[in-house]
Amino acid sequence: MVKFLRKFYMSLIFIFLYAPIIVLIIYSFNESKSRGHWGGFTLKWYAELFRDREIIKALYYTFLVALLSSIISTVIGTFSAIGIHNMGLLGKKFALNINYLPVLNPDIVTGIALMTLFISLNIQLGFVTMLISHVVFNIPYVILSVLPKLKQMNKHTTEAALDLGATPAYALRKVVIPEIMPGVITGALIAFTLSIDDFVISFFNTGPGVTNLSIHIFSMARKGVKPSINALTTLMLLTVVILLLLINKRTTKGDELIP
Amino acid sequence: MKKNRAKILAYPYMVWMIIFIVIPLFLVLFYSLTKGNIHDPSSLSFSLESYARVFDRNYLTSIVKSFKLAFISTLLCFFLGYPVALIIATIKAKYKNILLMFFLVPIWMNFLLRTYAWMSILSPNGFLNRLLSFLGLPALSIMPGQTAVLLGMIYNFLPFMVLPIYTVLSKIDKSVLEAASDLGANKIGTFFKVILPLSVPGIVSGITMVFMPAVSTFVISRLLGGGKESLIGNLIEEQFSLYRDWHFGSALSIILMIVILISMAVMSRFESDNDNGGAPIW
Amino acid sequence: MSKKIIELNNVTKRYNGVTAVNNINLYIRENEFITLLGPSGCGKTTTLRMIGGFEEPDEGDIFFDGVRINDVPPYKRNINTVFQRYALFTHLNVYENIAFGLKIKKIPRDEIDKRIKHMLKLVDLEGFEGRHVDSLSGGQQQRVAIARALVCEPKVLLLDEPLGALDLKLRKEMQIELMNMQKNVGITFIYVTHDQEEALTMSDTVVVMNNGVIQQVGTPVDIYNEPKNRFVADFIGESNIIEGIMHEDYLVEFSGQKFKCLDKGFNQNEPVDVVIRPEDIELTAPEKGLIQGVVTSVVFKGVHYEMMVEGGGFEYMIQSTDMQPVGANVGLMFEPEDIHVMKRGS
Repeated sequence: MVKFLRKFYMSLIFIFLYAPIIVLIIYSFNESKSRGHWGGFTLKWYAELFRDREIIKALYYTFLVALLSSIISTVIGTFSAIGIHNMGLLGKKFALNINYLPVLNPDIVTGIALMTLFISLNIQLGFVTMLISHVVFNIPYVILSVLPKLKQMNKHTTEAALDLGATPAYALRKVVIPEIMPGVITGALIAFTLSIDDFVISFFNTGPGVTNLSIHIFSMARKGVKPSINALTTLMLLTVVILLLLINKRTTKGDELIP
Repeated sequence: MKKNRAKILAYPYMVWMIIFIVIPLFLVLFYSLTKGNIHDPSSLSFSLESYARVFDRNYLTSIVKSFKLAFISTLLCFFLGYPVALIIATIKAKYKNILLMFFLVPIWMNFLLRTYAWMSILSPNGFLNRLLSFLGLPALSIMPGQTAVLLGMIYNFLPFMVLPIYTVLSKIDKSVLEAASDLGANKIGTFFKVILPLSVPGIVSGITMVFMPAVSTFVISRLLGGGKESLIGNLIEEQFSLYRDWHFGSALSIILMIVILISMAVMSRFESDNDNGGAPIW
Repeated sequence: MSKKIIELNNVTKRYNGVTAVNNINLYIRENEFITLLGPSGCGKTTTLRMIGGFEEPDEGDIFFDGVRINDVPPYKRNINTVFQRYALFTHLNVYENIAFGLKIKKIPRDEIDKRIKHMLKLVDLEGFEGRHVDSLSGGQQQRVAIARALVCEPKVLLLDEPLGALDLKLRKEMQIELMNMQKNVGITFIYVTHDQEEALTMSDTVVVMNNGVIQQVGTPVDIYNEPKNRFVADFIGESNIIEGIMHEDYLVEFSGQKFKCLDKGFNQNEPVDVVIRPEDIELTAPEKGLIQGVVTSVVFKGVHYEMMVEGGGFEYMIQSTDMQPVGANVGLMFEPEDIHVMKRGS
């Protein structure tokens, strides 16, 4: 009985989670442009998607910003985490609390605050400001995923390297960074995911001609129906499922899927 | 010796944080406390006008509505999400991974796409109403409206409730549960006396992770609520991208930020195992 | 006597105004196995870390082979360390861990191979080259840590409570192994521990420290038999420490009686502390004893019984294979050489 209830409940939840996506997938093959009307099977929306210069450009900027911002924030974040880890109690507390602000603050506040800064400094909003703002909100997550690894590390590990003749720089390169690598990778993945999914911060900090996927969908959705979005949804679902299956194959523990 | 020297690695980031985190927030605070033309610094003067405008009836309604909707959606996410977390945490190991994975697939999709998907279901001539008319039932007008906004919030933020609770639940030592039943607790007793109290930290972070984006959203309310369901997020967005009234927009942002930071500080008191080196004061 | 390899002259170290090491003077000879012994917080680890180069002394000088090394960084010292909880590099396997120092020294590959092979044989880990260090037991990790340090052929090896994380049986085994290793490789070992038994078993010289100050330096036998003060007597082994008065050379009074002893050089009627080890007291019939008393408790300890006897205004601890029941009237018997007289309050 309990078993049945559990299954029944989970089924309902999964219907709730997947119904909207499945509806979009069905529409993506619908000949008719109208939402409720089945006009026969077609692939033309997929063709249109790939012809749509705006969408392609948005995808390009989405991935470019995600890639650049995650690389930059992983590098800065990792070194900063090592620095913060070695600070005194007071300095550490101060740094961590400011570092927490972009995590705790609503995106919209972070977004408009950065926009205010850029405009006050007379910086033209565009690709660069969008990239900087992504780096700003990505670094804290990198730091938060690297710090626990530093804390787990035996506190004498660096000293052991120095003791064996390593200079501080060599110890950092050959011992500290390899030891905290899992945290660095987690941080990079979180940064990439956040960046690719971001809307609010990009929305306020981008300029004419530069959009990302979220901004593009937002402006299309406000205008109304565009079936190529449906095609995009199908492709994204496919990508996500394939990626997750690949990751799932490599890791045995389910917990590691959690971003 | 090395310990003291490595801390200089953090100094560039300290400068970065001051430029890109601290100064922007002070700018927002500054604009919220002034009036005048933002492009002409000499015209700016101290004023609490923007804060006074918050109490304007129309705006106050939106603000109250934001908190109301965020509160309801958090509550519903909790009641819907706790059983999900419990089921995933207690299911056989071989199904656990795949179940968790398929639960997470939607949040890996673009947030805007997810919201857009509900538009095509709920809109007046969307999938739902087609289905109803096909079954000979009267059409519903959910969207645009509060129900649609709530649905969108729950859909988008439910995983943020489930994940932290699941994480805590899956870490509960099985021997604790055995001890409880050994001491004579039945299943319901074990749940309310042992499992639920032990999962409080997960619940707390779940609540913050749902409430915060819900109260500050402007996408869900814009797309699923049409123009009529304006929330505090929409007010802020409009001041910056439509009316160019930075002063009022900043005042609204400061209020939103303060409310959220205070509620975070209150919530974090319930979180017993905060093992971050420098525990945040926020 | 072999020459001094390390010298500490008037070395002081403070942390945020708290003195961890207070003006200590110490020298260490070549090929010596020396142990810094004391309770936690006594300054022994700080002293070791200053020798290793991880801390700089605030005052005083440290000499290595006659050269002042106060501000020489650890990577330029011909000293290697075995750290508490080993501090192995978890991202490297056993071979790579041991090779770490050699690679930095740019030693040719085949030479590295040869030396690692030799080392693994010495620490009894042949065939473990490719193993991940996380998959090793505590004792094995410990031996990798020793091999990693020894392979660099330091003149001095520092060991910071290296056996602290091991269980009792393994500890005893490793103690013997370490002693043998030290003899085989013929280098100076500076060993830090809070375990007095470990210190007495392994060392040529024991340095007892407390509150950042050296209390006594000597061979294990000296330290045990002739503790210089109440702290050392109390910290090393079990002891009965009784307040007494030194009347004249070779005559001390405690428990209301005067006893002959072998100590001299105190002032007349100087108040002193008297130490008698529990195993040095014999139980006799009441009338035959120097002090008469009543047994108040008996605990069986395996090899012997530990009894508390109240008599002469003091509760004596006695370790003996001859058990007397609680309540029995007994006599306490000891010889003049069992009485150790120490200056009071030092």
